[in-house]
Amino acid sequence: MTVQGQKMSFTRSPEFRLLIIACAVFVFMSLLSPDRFLSGQNLTSMAFQFPEFAILALAMTITMMTGGIDLSVVGVANLSAVVAALILTQLAGPEMATGPSLIWLGFAVAAALCIGAAAGLVNGSLVAFFGLPPILATLGSGLVFTGLAIAMTGGSAVMGFPATVAWIGNESLLGVPVPLILFGLLALGLHLLLTKTAFGLRVTMYGANPLAALYAAVNINRVLLKVYVIAGMLASSAGLVIMSRANSAKADYGSSYLLLAVLIAVLGGVNPYGGYGRVIGVVLAVLSMQFLSSGLNMLQVSNFARELIWGVLLIFVMVINSNAIGRGFFARAKPTKSS
Amino acid sequence: MSDVGEHAFIDLAGITKRYAGVTALDGVDFTVQPGEAVCLAGENGSGKSTLIKIISGVEKLTEGRIRIGGKDRPVLNPRISAAAGVMVIFQDFSLFPNLSVYENIAFATQLSAHRRLYERDKAREIAREALDRIGVKIDLDVRVESLPVAHKQLVAICRALASQAKLIIMDEPTTALTEKEVRRLLGIIRRLKEDGVAVIFVSHKLAEVLEVSEKVVVLRNGKKVAEGPASEFDTQSLAYHMTGREMPETPPSAVPAGAKTLMRVDNLAKQGSFADINFELNAGEVLGITGLLGSGRTSLAKALFGLVAPDRGSIQVDGRDVATGDPIAACYAGIGYVPEDRLTEGLFLSQSIVRNVAIGRLDKHSGSGGFLKASAMIEEAAGWLKRLKVKAPDIDAPVQSLSGGNQQRVVLARWLSRAPRVLILNGPSVGVDVGSKADIHSIIRDLSAEGIGVIVISDDLPELLATSHRILVMRDGRVTDEVAGNSVTEEELAHRLAS
Repeated sequence: MTVQGQKMSFTRSPEFRLLIIACAVFVFMSLLSPDRFLSGQNLTSMAFQFPEFAILALAMTITMMTGGIDLSVVGVANLSAVVAALILTQLAGPEMATGPSLIWLGFAVAAALCIGAAAGLVNGSLVAFFGLPPILATLGSGLVFTGLAIAMTGGSAVMGFPATVAWIGNESLLGVPVPLILFGLLALGLHLLLTKTAFGLRVTMYGANPLAALYAAVNINRVLLKVYVIAGMLASSAGLVIMSRANSAKADYGSSYLLLAVLIAVLGGVNPYGGYGRVIGVVLAVLSMQFLSSGLNMLQVSNFARELIWGVLLIFVMVINSNAIGRGFFARAKPTKSS
Repeated sequence: MSDVGEHAFIDLAGITKRYAGVTALDGVDFTVQPGEAVCLAGENGSGKSTLIKIISGVEKLTEGRIRIGGKDRPVLNPRISAAAGVMVIFQDFSLFPNLSVYENIAFATQLSAHRRLYERDKAREIAREALDRIGVKIDLDVRVESLPVAHKQLVAICRALASQAKLIIMDEPTTALTEKEVRRLLGIIRRLKEDGVAVIFVSHKLAEVLEVSEKVVVLRNGKKVAEGPASEFDTQSLAYHMTGREMPETPPSAVPAGAKTLMRVDNLAKQGSFADINFELNAGEVLGITGLLGSGRTSLAKALFGLVAPDRGSIQVDGRDVATGDPIAACYAGIGYVPEDRLTEGLFLSQSIVRNVAIGRLDKHSGSGGFLKASAMIEEAAGWLKRLKVKAPDIDAPVQSLSGGNQQRVVLARWLSRAPRVLILNGPSVGVDVGSKADIHSIIRDLSAEGIGVIVISDDLPELLATSHRILVMRDGRVTDEVAGNSVTEEELAHRLAS
């Protein structure tokens, strides 16, 4: 007996479907271009590439579990990165020795996470206390966060960090890329949070039926605030990874990641109406998307065509899901009484 | 039989309807003659709504034959049915509150005339004709939202007449009406019948409309269990046919003398909903609160649990003030609330049965770092499900797979696991089958025997009489009457409710 939501055997779960898809995309790309796709260099470069948007997808996942969404993740990531970058350039600078620069790096990371938490608190308050629809609240706040980042930088990139900063995004630990380790830890943490804690169960139940959560005396405002704060902090973590990999911070980095993060969460089986979502599904969806993306790169598909493909894929996946688990969705949207 | 069928306006034969394995209707024959008034009686879940949906073309039947207006209707949808003269007036009337009376009455007619331009004078004329037909005067230009309930119903009837209705189906027509308004409605029904318009009353409280009806049809569990001239039925025999048992339930045993006051409500008021609410609830007492639809009973129930913030007044439990307008404060003060609408307010339908119970006890079972002690939590929830005799083959299955009665017990289990001091039950047996209903009543009696204060809010008078020690009657947001549960009959209570 488990506390794991809907009961189904693994082979019939959406996660199993995703495993098949991920494997299929991998095999397909390997067959198309075996020497390039399967090369060690390509595999390593993929492992460095995906964690940044994968972490954004985790942020998207937890908000979608409540039936909400966070469109401000990229804005939060950039604002946090800009603040961290300003600390690192103004107070530390590129010449600084390793020892003291590590202290400043720690300080910059803490500041970035605080910015993420504060941004999440703003989003959560808009949703919980003012009752704004999350999609509009975070669309607006995302523009505000981006605007703040532009105001701080004048729109240009901030660069000139101590050498230690590059470590986060570009080094490997025991052969595993650091960003990948970071993503692994965050994904595991989110998985445990959602499945093993009282908070996680409240998030799922709130997503399944917000009104019933209110009637069951769940403190729904607190749940929403926490969810958006966690999403904000995940977004700022992604911002730090982006900053380290680019060795700079700018207000408009990663703008294509927003759609990608939404796509991954939906592809990962997270119910955009709330109440269902598993981190393992999101991880598998991330892998599929990275394989696909690298493959398209090697086939020299243009960036514009890629955005088009992402958009089509997002709609396609949602249509598929609505047929497969559609009954559940519509039963909640308008309960049918039989008598 | 076939001879009757020749002239009948509605002639259904052997109607069977199955939803995903559940048989909602099972071989039902049903006829309505022109100008005839028929009572369609049955408890919630008996299949009467399904039958109406089939006649009005909303649901397709699984087996059987439908004739409307003397023609076979192998294909039926709401448009065809309406064109044949079948009009349904739902309980909420489906009017446009922001439009005027005449616009509401003439709207459908004007649409179906397929003219591109809207003719205001024509619309007013249509509306006036319809009102004249039932002999009622209502200002044509008033917005519908400002009308009292009884007038809204009349507007709905006129809309049906304006669309050339030959059969008007009225869903729960009297639940929101006072006795005087019911009498006027009956007068109008008589006029309609003289005009050759047939009427079907759908209700679980039919005593009021028996006198204008020719025929009564009773459904139970999807089958027709009784049919006959209305003169052969009375309240008691209807209840017998609807429930399938002679059932004076055992009334509650007396509250032990000297029981202490559990809950105290002083001067609770909310603009537009209720005012001057004062009562005390003793340990082990079951307090019934009743009133017509719109009397403020549900708003009051929600206010007691903090879901509606009252403008003034106080609520005390065990002598301590409870912050109003905050369900979490109410919950921690020991108040539990089982809502009226299980499907939207009570349950997390897609989630497992065990989770639906455990959500009430997360604080108790979360250890260090907020991690849940899952096995203890599941064990406790399973224990409560067993105590309340929830029939579930698998407690990890989604709660939507359960029947209404079992679902209600899941909500009850959630609250009972929190050991509440006061439990508020709003419509505890709405949409549950007869057997479960009796079980829920016996659970209520057990709870009061354990010293829990129970508030039952319901418009089901036999239910209140079977469970409550005291009954408060509400009208227009005020408590107008207080009666001891064992001192009144159902008729007296109904009279006090609607006089």
